[in-house]
Amino acid sequence: MNAPFAKQPPDPRLGGILKLAIMAVGGQGGGVLTGWVETVARANGYAVQATSVAGVAQRTGATIYYIEMAPETEHPPVFSLLPAAGDVDVLVAAEMMEAGRAIMRGFVTPDRTTLIASSHRALAVSEKIVPGHGIASADEVMAAIEVAAQRHVVFDMDHIAVENGTVISASLLGAIAGSGALPFGRDAFEEAIRGSGRGVEASLAAFAKSFEIAAARDEGTGSPDVSAPGPRAAAAPAGPARLLAKWQKVMARVAALPAPARDMAGAGLRKVVDFQDLAYGREYLDRLEKVVAQDSEQRAWVLTREAAKYIANAMAYDDIIRVADLKTRPDRFRRIAQEMRATDANLLHLTEFFHPRAAELVGLLPARIGAAVQARPGWMAWIDRHFGKGRRMRSDRLWPFLQLHLLGGLRRWRRGNLRHREERAHIEGWFVTAMGRVARDYDLAVETIRARRLIKGYSDTHARGLSKYDRVMEGITLVEGRPDAADWARRLREAAMQDEKGEQLDGALATIRSFL
Amino acid sequence: MAERSFAKEVQKLRLGEGETFTGEGILAITKALLECGVGYVGGYQGAPISHLMDVLADAQDILAELGVRFEANASEAAATAMLAASVHYPIRGAVTYKGPVGVNVGSDALANLASSGVNGGALIIVGEDYGEGSSIMQERSHAFAMKSQVWLMDPRPSLPTIVRGVEQGFELSEASNTPVMLMVRIRSCHVTGTFTTRDNRRPEMTVADALANPSSDFNRVVLPPMSFVQEQDKVKNRWPAAMKFIKEQGLNERFGPRQAPVGIVLQGGMYNGVIRALQRLGLADLSGDSQIPLYVLNVTYPLVPDEFLSFCEGKEAVLVVEEGQPEFIEQAFAAMLYKAGARIALHGKDIFPMAGEYTGQVMLDGIEGFLRAVAPAYLPAQRLAPNSENAPIPDLSKTVPIRPPGFCTGCPERPIFAALKLAQGELGKHQITGDIGCHLFACLPPFEIGGATMGYGLGPAANAAFDGGGERRPISIIGDGGFWHNGLSSSIGNAVFNKSDSLTVIVDNYYSAATGGQDVLSSRADNATKSTKHPITAALKGVGVEWVRQIDRTYDVPKMLATIREALTTDYKGPKVIVASSECMLNRQRRERPQRNQAIREGRRVEAPRFGVDEAICTGDHACMRLSGCPSLSLKVLDDPLRDDPIASIDTSCVGCGNCGEVADAAVLCPSFYRADVVHNPSERDRKRARFAARVIGWLQSRRAARRLTFTGETA
Repeated sequence: MNAPFAKQPPDPRLGGILKLAIMAVGGQGGGVLTGWVETVARANGYAVQATSVAGVAQRTGATIYYIEMAPETEHPPVFSLLPAAGDVDVLVAAEMMEAGRAIMRGFVTPDRTTLIASSHRALAVSEKIVPGHGIASADEVMAAIEVAAQRHVVFDMDHIAVENGTVISASLLGAIAGSGALPFGRDAFEEAIRGSGRGVEASLAAFAKSFEIAAARDEGTGSPDVSAPGPRAAAAPAGPARLLAKWQKVMARVAALPAPARDMAGAGLRKVVDFQDLAYGREYLDRLEKVVAQDSEQRAWVLTREAAKYIANAMAYDDIIRVADLKTRPDRFRRIAQEMRATDANLLHLTEFFHPRAAELVGLLPARIGAAVQARPGWMAWIDRHFGKGRRMRSDRLWPFLQLHLLGGLRRWRRGNLRHREERAHIEGWFVTAMGRVARDYDLAVETIRARRLIKGYSDTHARGLSKYDRVMEGITLVEGRPDAADWARRLREAAMQDEKGEQLDGALATIRSFL
Repeated sequence: MAERSFAKEVQKLRLGEGETFTGEGILAITKALLECGVGYVGGYQGAPISHLMDVLADAQDILAELGVRFEANASEAAATAMLAASVHYPIRGAVTYKGPVGVNVGSDALANLASSGVNGGALIIVGEDYGEGSSIMQERSHAFAMKSQVWLMDPRPSLPTIVRGVEQGFELSEASNTPVMLMVRIRSCHVTGTFTTRDNRRPEMTVADALANPSSDFNRVVLPPMSFVQEQDKVKNRWPAAMKFIKEQGLNERFGPRQAPVGIVLQGGMYNGVIRALQRLGLADLSGDSQIPLYVLNVTYPLVPDEFLSFCEGKEAVLVVEEGQPEFIEQAFAAMLYKAGARIALHGKDIFPMAGEYTGQVMLDGIEGFLRAVAPAYLPAQRLAPNSENAPIPDLSKTVPIRPPGFCTGCPERPIFAALKLAQGELGKHQITGDIGCHLFACLPPFEIGGATMGYGLGPAANAAFDGGGERRPISIIGDGGFWHNGLSSSIGNAVFNKSDSLTVIVDNYYSAATGGQDVLSSRADNATKSTKHPITAALKGVGVEWVRQIDRTYDVPKMLATIREALTTDYKGPKVIVASSECMLNRQRRERPQRNQAIREGRRVEAPRFGVDEAICTGDHACMRLSGCPSLSLKVLDDPLRDDPIASIDTSCVGCGNCGEVADAAVLCPSFYRADVVHNPSERDRKRARFAARVIGWLQSRRAARRLTFTGETA
């Protein structure tokens, strides 16, 4: 009953099927790109099939477009409707993490896949909502690309698209064409763009730029643009000669600091001087020099470096005066105009959003009066009701600008206000605590300095940051004296950065209490 | 107005005899309907068959020329009920919906239709939303075909075969007096390709003809004792007639050699995947010529026993390739083989996974596993003993973040949920149910609002257990699409009748937005063929809701928040409904952007808003992100050694919806946001005013700059 089975050799034409998958984020124009590739292939005598998934699940989410093509023959070929792991010739990723996702799904294999990816990042929500630094590592994806892809062409195609006033589909097509991964000439691709009829010039420009970059890459040596500039040269300030001379003097003090902390101290000094004045800068250096006195070469001056950073951040706290000052700087308007691509033919209207609360307003009062007001909840509530409302200010208009300008001008009297007194006391408490730990546990002192990172934001966010900071400092006190105290302090800080309310931090604190 | 215009594609519907159609599967189906002389079409939109509805909506003049009636039905139940026209009249009718959710909604009417039986061909095109990219629960429509005795077709997924399936479906329906479901999977709806067209056919009897000559027959009414007769008719006449037609007309196909020790039985929709696996194993050529016999079920219900048994003849083992669970087809085949006393080995879900999509890898592993077990001689030597181990590829599973769908840039629903999140911050966490639609994305971070979705228009109904009230009021969300689909009666009427002490937020974005922006009753657009502009609030009051608040700009977060607060704290005990209305941004941009560009070109004054962030003021706490999730509001790492955390940054895709500023205000966030309105073609008065302001401002600025040190590059 068994029929004899004579196995036939595999069809050599099967190798002729080109399989191209596009991994994109919904809204990136993947459908347009797919249409272009299809048109090119069809115009060149290929049988083509494209598939996509359109619908609500693709709104801003990850999605795959898939194309198969083979030279037209008498019997139409049978194509697959979806890509298979280990069976993709060209993988186009419209974003760096989508390239990573393609690798994870096995669509990029060293035996055959040309990977064409844009190195830019479109952050996922999960990366954005972390209070700290939650951005996924593009370097890890790049390292995987080097291993997984047979060839790769990776550069920032989104940047090219934006520069040419179009969307990434055009620059992706340029990279596909320039990479030579498809057997069609440049003209054929450009013809497809022209045929689509909308925004043709911009698309062609982005296509051309991308084509040239992709074509210039040698086989397999494509690497992402390392567009990050080196450390920014310390900007020399501008201002009256009298102040510049003084500036030179304080800078001399920075130059005398240990080398590993010098750059940070320079940046810190600029920040506090920008925040207040040169005297404030000297105050900053006074504190820093106290740290140096207790620090040492053997410790690689880590404490000094960290202190240079966090003392500056703490001293240049975020108050209304600083916000108003920054919002009325001369180069701001120009910078925004540039960012918004406004030309001389346009006008630019600017609306600022403020919602100061009683605490911030009262903080502006002279310390003694402010403290008296703050001690009376009824007054605070009254202030909140009458002044603490959302304000929208057109800062390009004279009157609103003047209000902001005057607010910024309160800088001169800042030293006497309530907020300053509070901040100063807070800094002092933190600084003294940290320095008190240097002799016994250097690493713990460093971690105590670093806990300052938790304080940021305005209003509620600021209050939450402060509360997290307090909890972390309390936790540090609990573990102080243990050999692993610094390690616990670091863990507490990291836990506090994980979520908004500090639930992970509370968990970590509970753990500490459990073994005490 | 739908999200996508098919004005250009619609012309393809006019192609005549012998011409070549090039395009998407769903368009090909539409063309096939016209070639089959369909008399009326309808349905309810939803991926993957939304485009079919959109194409028909854009093709009204062509339909009118042919005397074809197009109806945008309120729901799948309404669509299926419409097929009643084919019960008494020999008119071909077709409706379309998404499977299995549409099948669920339509099932009441489907059961009645199936019992009555049809005279004219009745075709239901089911866009099966299963596997990757699907937006719904994973189920099979197959069970409903078995339950109601309607036939299920699953044609091979290429344009010519799908088009042929449409024609065969009508014929099968007429030959067996039974409605037919034509299933097309999500990717085959959007697959592109070509087929040779025929002339469109005017229906032999139009619905207008039928109205002129009405007929009725109580034997077709589902009422005892006729219903008992109908039940017998199903199994004694219609079922055998269907099997006879399937066999005689060769609806199922056999490929490959007639004689072989093994064979594969597959659903038509699996054909391309099976061929690809065979190609990869060197067992099929480019055009799909297989070295293994294939029995392709273009009709997956009913199955034809003698066809299957004849395929099995002379074989030692057969593999069933059947996607989804449970394995209805495999079970039926097992019973057939057992009853026939056959000794052949039957494989299927023992090799393939019970649940989940049959992806390329699953298919390859499945078929290879089958051959390895029963006929290893088929496998290439390299497959039997693979000799090369590839270098391990780094594991990225901990690096690459998930990217679920979310609200689009500028979505008007975002501020509604920002306000709800803030309200919960003030008043505590509430019991909240969601509904079907884009607003369901609110259940994901950053909002995490809504813990259930029970069906389209059933959001408030899903809170019915809490209607009695308690310490905090239950909240439910429903969209305008869901409201008109089912929600007005099942959810709102139910809440009124049961004196529900609850809050319902109706997310009104002027369209059935999630399905592609089709108009609904309350749409604000003029629609030549539909009646729009019926306010939701009027409907609410009509069914007895007394506490109704209409918000006409959802972006007004402080107002939104105040209204929600009022609803949750008021002394009023009955159902409270907030209608939050703003146009879907995707549609609005599609409509307004060309107009705006045109206006700028013509020299008219236009203000183009966009938001920005002052880098030096943003502290990198990301509080704004937790109230937004907007794709255009992202993070940027500053080149500043003093900064640990990335700061907020708004890219060029921002449409200036206003959420950032509103949220910063309502939530008392940071003042780093600003709105920049670029004024194109400003008037001379504008210019004069701006010049004056700039001059004074410049003077103030340089005066201050002269008294301080300024650091260019603005380190902060």
